[in-house]
Amino acid sequence: MKPQVFAYHDPSSVEEALELLARHGPGAKVLAGGQSLLPLLNLRLARPEVLVDINRIDSLDYLAEESGWLRVGARVRQRWVERDPAVRRAVPLLAEAVRYVGHVQIRNRGTVCGSLAHADPAAELPAVAVAVGARMVARSRAGAREIPAEEFFTGPLSTALSPDELLVEARFPCSPPGWGWAFVEVSNRHGDYALCAVAAGVCVADGRVRDARLAYAGAGPVPVRLPQAETALREGWPLEDALRAACSEARRLLEPEADIHASADFRRHLAGVLTERVVRLAYRRAVDGAGGARA
Amino acid sequence: MREPVRTIQLSVNGQASTVTVPVRKTLADVLREELRLTGTHVGCEQGVCGACTVWLDGEPVRSCLLLAVQAEGHQVTTVEALGTADHLHPVQQAFWENHGLQCGFCTPGILMTVVAFLREHPAPSREEIREALAGHLCRCTGYQNIVRAVEDAARRLRPARG
Repeated sequence: MKPQVFAYHDPSSVEEALELLARHGPGAKVLAGGQSLLPLLNLRLARPEVLVDINRIDSLDYLAEESGWLRVGARVRQRWVERDPAVRRAVPLLAEAVRYVGHVQIRNRGTVCGSLAHADPAAELPAVAVAVGARMVARSRAGAREIPAEEFFTGPLSTALSPDELLVEARFPCSPPGWGWAFVEVSNRHGDYALCAVAAGVCVADGRVRDARLAYAGAGPVPVRLPQAETALREGWPLEDALRAACSEARRLLEPEADIHASADFRRHLAGVLTERVVRLAYRRAVDGAGGARA
Repeated sequence: MREPVRTIQLSVNGQASTVTVPVRKTLADVLREELRLTGTHVGCEQGVCGACTVWLDGEPVRSCLLLAVQAEGHQVTTVEALGTADHLHPVQQAFWENHGLQCGFCTPGILMTVVAFLREHPAPSREEIREALAGHLCRCTGYQNIVRAVEDAARRLRPARG
């Protein structure tokens, strides 16, 4: 057997899960889809004393649009989000990016909230959360709080969640009219983590970019939003000049790490190239009124 | 810590069985070692190679990334349910006739993915087939024949759908 010995609990209610987290503190790990945690257990890179499996908690299995927000419960599998036409309409960026997460066998089990809580800086969904301004709903025995995506990711594989908190829901704002969204990624193979990926949204009126959101995966210790590049898109004109300025801001400001897959310089280069590619795509979708529908 | 164990009811290929297993034991290992269903292969044990792919409630998943205790209350289907040596599943027949396997180690996982994929994509393009296979590593057959086998399998399955 690969994993180190652990105690296993599979509560059927959120309250029981919170009780377990409070009792076991940092020695406990939450098991959702397990598509990141199980490899870590099998490799013994993670050796928790206690696993709190939330897969039997039916009340966390909901995907609902409500007052301008898409609410994704902690047990919602990525495959559900990928297949649901309502997600494509409400948060097209999420629908597009989720297809880049692992492979279908992984997405059948992996959850959206699990991917966010795992907080891999090269992962797709954290970048999406930062790009759209998602909010994380954390619960502990003490109560619930909402954490904006930009404050949620604190470092590689680290979040603002405390050991007794459970990420029970992620809320994604529905795309407002006039916006177009796009997600592009370069990875070694389909389904691998991104060498670099960019999530973008632009709001276009009369052909001009009025507002923009840009977030990068694989370009730093957390998913990085680049307000300077967003400003360049908003203030530059004609569009070609704005694009050039935004790409140069991306290359100038991002500080990606080197690893066995790519050098820091190559990642910085990719960030520039992908910024142009993703903004053009988002712009076209905004103009076509297609939101984020796949071309 | 003492090894925590749990007695669970598993439903595999429509058959119920009761096993007592360490809670840390993966579904892949329980299928092979307790239920002696050795068609499911174990390669990387970290979700990369795809050899251990089985169905959980009809959808392909990695059995190395599931604890056996998590499968309780779900329907597990393994490659043993597809066909027999005398009556191959059409997808197995297509793999055989197109030389879609050589050593055969990765094949059970690929079959489970492909049968599920063809249910949803009865007439897939080559590109769709390649994307569907992306979650599987083959180190000896070569992917060309595997893609060809999937194309042939799709043709074999189509008329039956009417």
